[in-house]
Amino acid sequence: MHIVICIKQTPATSNVQIDPKTGTLKREGMAAAINPFDEYAIEEGVRIKERVPNTTVSVITMGPPQAEEALRDAISRGADLGFHLCDRAFAGADTYATSYALQMGIRKIEKETGKKISLIICGKQTNDGDTGHVGPGVAAWLDFPNVAYVKKVEEVSENSIRVWRMMEDGTDIIEMPLPALIAVVKEINEPRVPSLRGKMAAKKAVIPRWTAQDIEADKTKIGLGGSPTIVASSFNPPPRTGGVKIEGTTPEEKAKNLVAKLLEMKLL
Amino acid sequence: MNYFLTEEQQAIVDISREIAQKKIKPVREHYDVTEEYPWPIVEELRKADLFGVYFHPNYGGLGGGGMELCLVMEEISKACAGIALSIACTALCAFPIILFGTPEQKKRYLPDLASGKRLGAFTITEPEAGSDATATRCTAKKDGDFYILNGTKNFCSNGNAAEIYTLFASTNLKRGARGISAFIVEKGTHGFSMGKKEVKMGIRASPTYELNFDNCKISKDNLLGGEGHGLSVAQGTFDISRPGVAAQALGIAQGALDETLAYAKMRKQFGQSVLSFQSSQHMAADMATQIEAARALLYTVTKAMDHELLQAVEKSEKSGKAVYDELKQIASRRWTKYSAMVKLYCSDVAMKVTTDAVQLCGGIGYMRDFPVEKFMRDAKITQIYEGTNQIQRNEIGYALIKELSQK
Repeated sequence: MHIVICIKQTPATSNVQIDPKTGTLKREGMAAAINPFDEYAIEEGVRIKERVPNTTVSVITMGPPQAEEALRDAISRGADLGFHLCDRAFAGADTYATSYALQMGIRKIEKETGKKISLIICGKQTNDGDTGHVGPGVAAWLDFPNVAYVKKVEEVSENSIRVWRMMEDGTDIIEMPLPALIAVVKEINEPRVPSLRGKMAAKKAVIPRWTAQDIEADKTKIGLGGSPTIVASSFNPPPRTGGVKIEGTTPEEKAKNLVAKLLEMKLL
Repeated sequence: MNYFLTEEQQAIVDISREIAQKKIKPVREHYDVTEEYPWPIVEELRKADLFGVYFHPNYGGLGGGGMELCLVMEEISKACAGIALSIACTALCAFPIILFGTPEQKKRYLPDLASGKRLGAFTITEPEAGSDATATRCTAKKDGDFYILNGTKNFCSNGNAAEIYTLFASTNLKRGARGISAFIVEKGTHGFSMGKKEVKMGIRASPTYELNFDNCKISKDNLLGGEGHGLSVAQGTFDISRPGVAAQALGIAQGALDETLAYAKMRKQFGQSVLSFQSSQHMAADMATQIEAARALLYTVTKAMDHELLQAVEKSEKSGKAVYDELKQIASRRWTKYSAMVKLYCSDVAMKVTTDAVQLCGGIGYMRDFPVEKFMRDAKITQIYEGTNQIQRNEIGYALIKELSQK
């Protein structure tokens, strides 16, 4: 198998400033690390590699020169190869332009390595942008099926994958053919600490740096210019209030408990 | 303080610290209370390659020496000195094999110890033989191509978690100290069984067992070093292993200081932070100074030892001779004095610092749900095992007199 993991280097803090002029995030001078949700994506990719023989795990990121550190960190945690999309032309991209550039990069990874891509794994969202769009966006550009909010990879083979999707009201079990994309939640695993060998390999790894031209990107679809999104304003949504879960071992018992509850609230 | 660590050494520190802080800190209280063996943590240490830092690459190691082991021990002990023993006991089992083993013994046992696939233990103490190892009563009787072990060993750290043991037994009781020999024994050998498990004051995540040998038959190929050379095997091992105990003690002291400073800064009395009182600052200053002095001594001695040890290991891989013999070719004197100083000083600092840490934290420092009292309980053993600090002083005193007589 060939697994590609999309990661992003984000500020190592939850206190991200927004540039009032552009509506984009201010990243200069902030300590950076792998987006925490992407750590689960890397771990899951490496675990699949440990389960399925002859699996290669590639990692891709788009970002400024220092984002290479995030790729080396991913290699120290068990990934094999790193690829860096780095060009001023990519700057200011929204989720549309980002997912476009990433999928062009992924196509180039397939071409360069000669290994057909079977699975793309993303974190469910980043801790700075918080949209959760990029993963499914990449899948749409590539015409891959995708499942977001994955909390378990139950089965994986060369041709198909069966995953558990975390929903508000329970779990969906979904099987889909490969190649496909999954976006994972933090419940999926517990990321490992880098190994010594991994860390040494990461220091020596040669990480290609690709420009917009290298990945043959359409200039009108990348960067700030290629981003149709206009951020009108940003605010924190009010927290959702929790509902009441009606307990019971059988449907009959649950129905009985529901009626009792409604009677208690004088609604019946 | 910049100790000019190599890139590899810095990576060892970073990884050990991440495991200690992220994986061990949240569970240390659990293992201290339950005395369960921390297998999930051992698995993390294995996956991170931390068991192999001081082994030659021919056995799957990183190719480091005592310094690399000390860095792991220090960082892990900052979180839990008991859990750190999974690595330290394996090292104490491996060192005699590294130093005195034949090429066959090294090939047979070192790869599993380097990967952490099998853990190790070292067993020399007996009910009547502690500081006086010459009083060993456990016997190994030659029988053709075999030795038959009989007797009891006690206070074996890593007891039932280990699968490979280096053991000391008398092959000739009449010869006393010169009758002691070293052996490698594997778990599961017929006649080898676990006795009682000790309940301890500290390092409770590490199981301490009594080992029983009842007509336990082992191959003559498991003799380590020559017959009657056991005491020299033990002494040669302690020379390079004692800095590991020192590093454990140093980690305990640093871990206690870190917890104490964080608490003393936050704790308000008389309307101000406890750390703002000069009496607290002076205590903290003494603790930090003693720790830094201990670290400077430990790193200096260990780096100097490694300078010779790593050359000897490299030569031994080429010549097929024992590392210890190569070591003697490089330098005739032993490292006993300095390794005793390091162990003595670091463990005394750990006891002093952890006692002061409890004092500085006040009532909460004495409570089980605050980690500082555990550091104090754990510190005590570092003054006792691998030679009590009284024995360390004997070694240093003996070396001083010997040096005088050579002038």
